[in-house]
Amino acid sequence: MTVFDYAPAPESRSVVDIRASYGLFINGEFTGGHGEPFKTINPADEGVLAEVACADESDVDRAVRAARAAYDKVWGPMPGAERAKYLYRIARIVQERSRELAVLESIDNGKPIRESRDVDVPLVAAWFFYYAGWADKLRHAGLGPAPKPVGVAGQVIPWNFPLLMLAWKIAPALACGNTVVLKPAETTPLTALLFADICRQAELPPGVVNIVTGAGETGAALVSHPGVDKVAFTGSTQVGRQIARTLAGTRKKLTLELGGKAANIVYQDAALDQAVEGIVNGIFFNQGHVCCAGSRLLVQESVAEEVLERLKARMATLRVGDPLDKNTDIGAINSAAQLARIRELSDAGEAEGAARWSPQCELPDRGFWFAPTLFTEVAQSHRIAREEIFGPVLSVLTFRTPEEAVTKANNTPYGLSAGIWTEKGSQILWTAQRLRAGVVWANTFNKFDPASPFGGYKESGFGREGGRHGLEAYLNV
Amino acid sequence: MSDRLSVRKTYKLYIGGAFPRSESGRSYPVTDSKGRFLANASHASRKDARDAVVAARKAFPGWSGRTAYNRAQILYRIAEMLEGRRDQFIDELRQAGTSKNAAATQVDAAVDRWVWYAGWADKLTAVTGAANPVSGPFFNFSTPEPTGVVAVVAPDSPLLGLVSVLAPVIVSGNTTVVVASQPAPLPAITLAEVLATSDLPGGVVNILTGHRTELAPGLAAHMDVNAIDLTGVPDDDVPGLQDKAADNLKRVFRATDDWTQEPGTARLTAFLETKTVWHPVGV
Repeated sequence: MTVFDYAPAPESRSVVDIRASYGLFINGEFTGGHGEPFKTINPADEGVLAEVACADESDVDRAVRAARAAYDKVWGPMPGAERAKYLYRIARIVQERSRELAVLESIDNGKPIRESRDVDVPLVAAWFFYYAGWADKLRHAGLGPAPKPVGVAGQVIPWNFPLLMLAWKIAPALACGNTVVLKPAETTPLTALLFADICRQAELPPGVVNIVTGAGETGAALVSHPGVDKVAFTGSTQVGRQIARTLAGTRKKLTLELGGKAANIVYQDAALDQAVEGIVNGIFFNQGHVCCAGSRLLVQESVAEEVLERLKARMATLRVGDPLDKNTDIGAINSAAQLARIRELSDAGEAEGAARWSPQCELPDRGFWFAPTLFTEVAQSHRIAREEIFGPVLSVLTFRTPEEAVTKANNTPYGLSAGIWTEKGSQILWTAQRLRAGVVWANTFNKFDPASPFGGYKESGFGREGGRHGLEAYLNV
Repeated sequence: MSDRLSVRKTYKLYIGGAFPRSESGRSYPVTDSKGRFLANASHASRKDARDAVVAARKAFPGWSGRTAYNRAQILYRIAEMLEGRRDQFIDELRQAGTSKNAAATQVDAAVDRWVWYAGWADKLTAVTGAANPVSGPFFNFSTPEPTGVVAVVAPDSPLLGLVSVLAPVIVSGNTTVVVASQPAPLPAITLAEVLATSDLPGGVVNILTGHRTELAPGLAAHMDVNAIDLTGVPDDDVPGLQDKAADNLKRVFRATDDWTQEPGTARLTAFLETKTVWHPVGV
């Protein structure tokens, strides 16, 4: 029992009108699909939200043809300055409809409204603003004197940041003069379909943005479609590998943002309370459904006990529950399948000898929930230290010297992100130089910005999203 | 008085700064354009390729950890040593069927290309890096870093083509395993002699002679190779190699450059990662 209990502060759902069924968005129109329609549910209560059309190969083909026609006739020839204005319009409409987008995102995904409202949706608007400004400046991007769009981009995105990943994919593609066919994840299609409506409000020419919903088969049909010139994928390393194989021998451009197993290194001289906040943000942000989550805590042995004590005290204050409650820190796990995976890996952690701890935490009866979890006595060989869990599960390891910290941090096939906590600037730079990771957060964690390149080394994929670097994937230079 | 019998050179592999024979004990005959025997080149095995990857991986921390100024000096030193062997390379290219004038032009171009790439070492970061204006109280910068161990299947332009694919890979700090041109491998081993006398640390460049179809698949599938340049691979073999490269999500680079033209930066940036570092700003 804490001193202050929080009264529930639920966000109203009335701002969102969820329809009973949704179609595909092809050539500026909502249309049926030839696949078996599927249902998207609210992971917080398992209630059905809507039935969504499923695109089969013929639907994907229609979408790619629409994108090609729009590319050839409208979007490709359009001056960059005009394209920019459409993107600015989209950014503005995202801001105008921010509440609606945030509530729908939280309902469909399970993430806390605090995050969808304060992180996801503002970043989506920022992404469109940022890339809008590039549309008429591509020749000045340092990527060659005459950059040209690639053509039709096929884009497949995951369920952890449905709207933000859409923005990461669509904004740079459109700015560079490409048209897109995007497939959102089957568990979180609703905000992408709402985005289709935003495209209509912005009067974006038909076919420039097409959205095909469905599961893996729809994605495979899109990726392998011969009319697609460039493939962008964010998701698991396993699927990324399949896509790389599918594209072998073709001339399609490919960028992949895949998994991670980030080390969050806490040196003994770190500001410990700040570090604890960063550790919590690193692994419990978005229920740990983050490819760059700080899922391996590497803490210097001399302060390990103290850090753990403070961390446990902090974890005990995390509120798990209704994603639409503005007090909620940790929402619902996105799907039953993902919950099963988190449970399986956590059980493996225990079975392999790590010590499991969670704070006292009441979980709702319905929906998919997992308490914030901490493992100590973790060895590098344990599955929980090697495999991406994609859930609110933190593995704690210790180290004695900076060299040992770097060696352990780099001891993974992944290389997406890392964290460093120390008050010593030279130690930050020394460590950052040695970490084989695409993003290094020093004395902070999980920060994103459209002006800042993001992407991985090694098996975390290739290519960068964000910043000037993010243009390269969508240009022939 | 009888003619002096020449002392021929034994062409071996170049791995880890040493010149071993293939562990397989094999060699293959190399002939000139008229079919006359020139030498028995080492016929590297898949084990030789794996050894070369080990050497390249071992050399990576040291080479990538050097200052860009130092790497620039070493690359320039390579150009110096190459210039010093100008006549030898002209002879070797002529043996491979290049006319005298063309051979001289190519050797000069190869020397100049080393000089061109050498100058990139300490400029890449400024050109491809960035200070990012993020919307918040953070200092945030992006720097290029070498990808790691890069396998290169060299084209059949035995000197200029080889230099054009090799220099951009190592100038940024990558280390490499090169499969030399199969029909004309001899200049590659002579180039190894240049590298070995240029302060280039052993293992930064490893050169294999032999059969591409035997060596390339192993390198494409190797889990400790981070990137592969398929320049010397015929189109028909590309899909299979790309499929293997997907095992560890290698960066695959495939381009057909015209070696006679001035190079761009595509080969430099193809083997770079971008690292972005964030730090809060406050008092």
